[in-house]
Amino acid sequence: MRIVVLGLGNILLSDEGVGVRVVEALAAGWQAPDEVEFVDGGTCAMEMLEQLEDLDALIVVDCVRGNRAPATPVVLKGAEVPVFFRTKLSPHQAGLSDVLASLEFTGCAPQETVIIGIEPVSLALGMELSPAVAARLPELVALTLTELRARGVTIEERA
Amino acid sequence: MSKRVTIDPITRIEGHLRVDVEVDGGTVRKAWASGQMWRGVENILIGRDPRDAWAITQRICGVCTTVHAMASVRAVENALQLEIPVNAQYIRNMIMLSHAVHDHIVHFYHLSALDWVDVVSALKADPGKASSLAQSLSTWEGNSKSEFTKVQDKLKGFVGTGQLGIFTNGYWGHPAMKLSPEVNLLAVVHYLQALEVQRHASKIVAILGSKSPHIQNVAVGGVANPLSLDSQSVLTLERLMAVKEWIDSLDDFVKNVYLVDVAAIGAFYADWTKYGRGITEYLSVPDIPLDGKGTEFALPGGYIENGKLESYKPIKTFNDKYFIDGVSEAVKHSWYDYKEGNDKSLHPYKGETRPNYTDFQDDGKYSWLKSPTFYGKPMQVGPLSRVLNMLAAGHEPTTKYATAELELVSSLAGAKVGLDAMHSTIGRHAARAIGCAVQCDELNRQWNLLVANMGKGDFKTFNAPAFPKGEQMGVGFHEAPRGVLSHWVVIDSGKIRNYQCVVPTTWNAAPRNEKDQPGAYEACLLGNPVAQPDKPLEVLRTVHSFDPCLACAVHVVDQRNNPVVTVTAV
Repeated sequence: MRIVVLGLGNILLSDEGVGVRVVEALAAGWQAPDEVEFVDGGTCAMEMLEQLEDLDALIVVDCVRGNRAPATPVVLKGAEVPVFFRTKLSPHQAGLSDVLASLEFTGCAPQETVIIGIEPVSLALGMELSPAVAARLPELVALTLTELRARGVTIEERA
Repeated sequence: MSKRVTIDPITRIEGHLRVDVEVDGGTVRKAWASGQMWRGVENILIGRDPRDAWAITQRICGVCTTVHAMASVRAVENALQLEIPVNAQYIRNMIMLSHAVHDHIVHFYHLSALDWVDVVSALKADPGKASSLAQSLSTWEGNSKSEFTKVQDKLKGFVGTGQLGIFTNGYWGHPAMKLSPEVNLLAVVHYLQALEVQRHASKIVAILGSKSPHIQNVAVGGVANPLSLDSQSVLTLERLMAVKEWIDSLDDFVKNVYLVDVAAIGAFYADWTKYGRGITEYLSVPDIPLDGKGTEFALPGGYIENGKLESYKPIKTFNDKYFIDGVSEAVKHSWYDYKEGNDKSLHPYKGETRPNYTDFQDDGKYSWLKSPTFYGKPMQVGPLSRVLNMLAAGHEPTTKYATAELELVSSLAGAKVGLDAMHSTIGRHAARAIGCAVQCDELNRQWNLLVANMGKGDFKTFNAPAFPKGEQMGVGFHEAPRGVLSHWVVIDSGKIRNYQCVVPTTWNAAPRNEKDQPGAYEACLLGNPVAQPDKPLEVLRTVHSFDPCLACAVHVVDQRNNPVVTVTAV
């Protein structure tokens, strides 16, 4: 089994970088087993092709713009995922959707894709998350861990 | 009556670049290029430790992460006049070259080929004929009839399900598409093979850079890769042998597929040597340093005035005064204000980043990009500039690949295609392929230099920097895939006081400067044909030939509620 947790976002634009911050927190606090890789994707696209090939599950963490209250976490699965890529909820969807479409064509697309997101409060220039989003960061980490465990992953907190 | 065509976003990500053209009688008469997002990284850097700047500037862009890391450490090293170990140069050089080869392959096949290749037409091809054609051009092993048939069947399956996947949003059947079904199929087959081979370049960057997609190994003073011939978790001979295999596979693809395809496609679009000439002031910088100080380079760079190779003036070292003194940036048509007035052009050491957004004003301010000039003139930077400067400098491998490419195009087109044809939209693609072949040779050479030096028992990769009290200024330049990149830093007692990045796409996509002279995109679009204003494929061809870095892709995205092309009568 191979699972990638992919944090997306631009860490120079405050909450825009929340996906990267979640992956950093996971990498710092949790011991990933061999079958799980935490990837800080930033705003990259085609450079990630190799890492995203033939996955059993791809868990994307990103800031997601919908019509929810600011700093509301959200988990999108199944039929909601294509909607995520079709509408402009995240500024990175275009880059990632190109990668996924390429993987689709070469027969290497992930078996399953889950999106874990949060409604941004601020996209202003700066390297810190807004206080409201920063306060929900542990929750996003917990949601990600829940998705991993639901797929049979045993993951331990670092000592 | 003329029509105004606005394409926004022109790339697939984030809508950073907008292009407006006024079309009259099927031809572009006026053009504006506008950066649609403020890049304020300079302000984030002020007050920080100069040793951290590279990791932060690496985040400016998702396409060119490594290039900003390199330019940034070079700027700080230049400010300190810090020499780095030659092993560190070799490792950085291999990362830069692998990144460049990756970037060029992906740009041609995955981001811009679809401007020229009609994927739907490939369904009508005779795979046998297409394969014979490919075999007549190259000995590449992936040109068999069975491979061509397999890809065409796969494509049919995709189209049959009503999904074009990666090929969505192309201008299929557009009157400007000219390739035969067989050449279209050939391009689609190589598109998929390029997807496979580009991974080898990513792997080299990941191994040498310790992490992917954001490298972790560079440091002010060298690189953080421990070198050893055998021990674990460092760059060992075993890992270097894997790198060598990937280099060879890239080399094979670039020389036997990429160069050949560009010539074959270019020969069908010979009329595109007439469009996209624009600015013929060419600036590039030397790169791939061979010593620790940056006084000797494998690939030359310099300035060519008005397209005349004999006017070549070299840029020689990391301390080159001719380069350092020549760069300045204006904001008359940009959404910034300078304290001393907007008729001024400021040197990057004195650069200011103070926003003043006004809305899009045709004759006033209309872009978040500043307008850089070299001794007062707008420049074209990028592969064409790089290749012309290397030719002017008498660089032998460049001369070899450029001559062979022009001969191949000439024989396929049945007419002599000379160097002058390179100053064009299609010429920029040819230059990128020629430059890529040169980079593959150099990648091999850098690998050999590193291994030979390790063989001599030299494993040094880092010289620790020291920050003296007082002020130091430095520039770090890099001949990045899209052209001249420079970072300019002013350090005050170990903290950053000013930082400016002058990036390749700022040179090329610049708005008009303080003298109202257009930037390279704007100039290149004048006279460009537009058959159907609501499907401005020809405009995209010229803009994409530069490989816009404001985002990473091509073809207009399907934003259902977000029309990307608006056409208005003016």
